Amino acid sequence: MLNIKNLQVGLEEEDKQILKGVDLNIGEGEVHAIMGPNGSGKSTMSYVLAGKGGYEVTGGTATLNEVDLLEMEPEERAAAGLFLAFQYPVEIPGVGNMTFLRTAVNAQRKARGEDDLSAGEFLKVVRAKAKALKIDADMLKRPVNVGFSGGEKKRNEILQMAMLEPKMCVLDETDSGLDVDAMKLVAEGVNALRDGKRSFLVITHYQRLLDHIKPDVVHIMADGKIIKSGGPELALEVENNGYADLLAEVA
Amino acid sequence: MAMNNLKFDASDALLAAFDVPNGAKWAMEARGFAATNLRRMGAPVKRDEYWKYTNPTGLTALPTPKAALFINDETPMFDGVDRVKLVFVDGVFDAAQSDDLALDGVELETLEDALRKDIHWAKDLFGVLEANGQNPVERPLAALNTAVATQGLVIRATGKTDKPIAIRYIHSADTSDAMVHHVVKVDAGANLTVLESGPGAARFNSVMEADVLDGAAFHHVRTQGRDHERRTATHMFGRLGADSIFRSFTMTVNGVLTRNESILEFTGDNAKATVGGASAGDGNGFHHDDTVFVTHDSLNCESRQVFKKVLRNGATGVFQGKILVKEGAQKTDGYQISQGLLLDDNSNFLAKPELEIYADDVACSHGSTVGAIDDDALFYLTSRGVPKSQAQDMLVLAFLGEAIDEIDDSALSEGIHIRLAEWMERRHG
Ligand SMILES: Nc1ncnc2c1ncn2[C@@H]1O[C@H](COP(=O)(O)OP(=O)(O)OP(=O)(O)O)[C@@H](O)[C@H]1O
Ligand SMILES: [Mg+2]
Repeated sequence: MLNIKNLQVGLEEEDKQILKGVDLNIGEGEVHAIMGPNGSGKSTMSYVLAGKGGYEVTGGTATLNEVDLLEMEPEERAAAGLFLAFQYPVEIPGVGNMTFLRTAVNAQRKARGEDDLSAGEFLKVVRAKAKALKIDADMLKRPVNVGFSGGEKKRNEILQMAMLEPKMCVLDETDSGLDVDAMKLVAEGVNALRDGKRSFLVITHYQRLLDHIKPDVVHIMADGKIIKSGGPELALEVENNGYADLLAEVA
Repeated sequence: MAMNNLKFDASDALLAAFDVPNGAKWAMEARGFAATNLRRMGAPVKRDEYWKYTNPTGLTALPTPKAALFINDETPMFDGVDRVKLVFVDGVFDAAQSDDLALDGVELETLEDALRKDIHWAKDLFGVLEANGQNPVERPLAALNTAVATQGLVIRATGKTDKPIAIRYIHSADTSDAMVHHVVKVDAGANLTVLESGPGAARFNSVMEADVLDGAAFHHVRTQGRDHERRTATHMFGRLGADSIFRSFTMTVNGVLTRNESILEFTGDNAKATVGGASAGDGNGFHHDDTVFVTHDSLNCESRQVFKKVLRNGATGVFQGKILVKEGAQKTDGYQISQGLLLDDNSNFLAKPELEIYADDVACSHGSTVGAIDDDALFYLTSRGVPKSQAQDMLVLAFLGEAIDEIDDSALSEGIHIRLAEWMERRHG
């Protein structure tokens, strides 16, 4: 599904290398988790995959189902099936949440050669999915993320993901800012999307989310590289001992 | 000195360029007064402080600069609204295309007819609010209008009205030089909505004098069409009585030169006024200027100025806004915001916000910003699959929406929203 080879990324504006050769292969239907110290490059990797400006890819490749991601515009990557749940979802005053969602869903359908969802159909689907995430109708009417609490913003990300039905979901610290119950809701939302084909990359600092969303593989990123990969037990190790031992191993 | 002569030669030439028919004594006096005033002031020139950001030459030059007709396949604005439709072609009232001059709660006639009547309530307003508005800043184009205009409407709301009066301006001759003057009186406790749409003429000079008496409400929504070559100068003079409400909103799209002035004066306590504008300029040489002057001379009044301009491909947007709070006008709440959104490096937004306050117990604020599209917002939208051009339009509309929302009628504001959205969408082909 997602194949990243020796990905090297720096900043466009200044001479700073952030990703220093990342390798990652996520197969169809798999769930991978990435953990790692603050500033190790996890969000940068997710942004570069989604096509955010300001970064310069200085080496390596990233493909989604054999298609080169790095050559595409952000909207083309989305239409190809990539979705990024932002660590910090953006507030957009003046753009209604509902209008935004519908525009996005229909734009992707159009890019794939499908017909628009009618307003009625769309409303029905969105209401059902919002309800499962305990997002009330009032929040849907408000401008995108404006005045949403931290947890509400994260749930809104999962709602968008549920509506867009991507193939490859990247979740950047979707658990941070969530209370215990909301974390369960979000995890249920994610698990509901697991169908054996859809793949997930879950960036997190905490083992707790991984109790709910069971990963197949856990990676540790440090200083712009994956320094270790293993099974779910790796997350437990980090939870108990921190990164010191792992960092010492590779040093 | 040579420069000064130019100013006065130009005002004389303009006065001579229009035929003024005879009218009632009061009308001739008002015209004479305005003409004298104009001769004293001279025509505006580029060098004038008040025209620092907008070159008035196209508004004063003779012969009238040509403006090619613009082929516009949009349905006319406000066509879907239940209204009394009144049509002016190149600034001349066209009875055949208009509805009857009749509406419950309103006395309605043409300016031409009113100016011929020896006794008319318009005597106390025609040229009067315009003359009041000449101080402390001169507005020669408005004086010119009073001196020579014979076309327009005289509207008096005497009670509750349930339909707007919709004035539609059609531009049909490429050298038409229109002078339109409306006189509006909203009696105590009455309400009135006036809509204006269309480009009007090759060159269009309009004045509206609106006297909003105690407890009355006046709403004004105007759209200025996309004609690329038209030149427009408008003046809205509003006088607000106690507990009255005044709202005026203008949407401007393109046009080589547009200057919209709003001059409001609070004369009674507890009144509220809003002047808003959303403009979009897409193309080299398109220039629009909103100039607003609000005078607070009473207690506990609230004024808002909300202007948003989105500019690209060489367009220029100007805002000059002033709040003057006179001595003793306590509890004044004055607000002013002007914002420019530049979609490229070739466009310009120039703003001159001013506050002048002589009372101590007031809350006034003003702000002006200029910026580009927010990259983070754009990335967020595109990362969900919205194509970049469409995402940009969404953000532009959201930006303009904050001004459009000043219209206190959701059907009208929705109409403006849709119009702008369609315009942007069509541009992408
Ligand atoms: N646009 C930028 N400008 C300057 N520095 C940047 C930029 N983007 C990333 N960085 C730097 O790159 C490094 C990696 O940042 P990144 O956000 O990817 O880390 P992270 O692993 O997601 O951290 P966290 O766990 O705190 O979210 C940091 O040192 C960060 O300051
Ligand atoms: Mg991060």
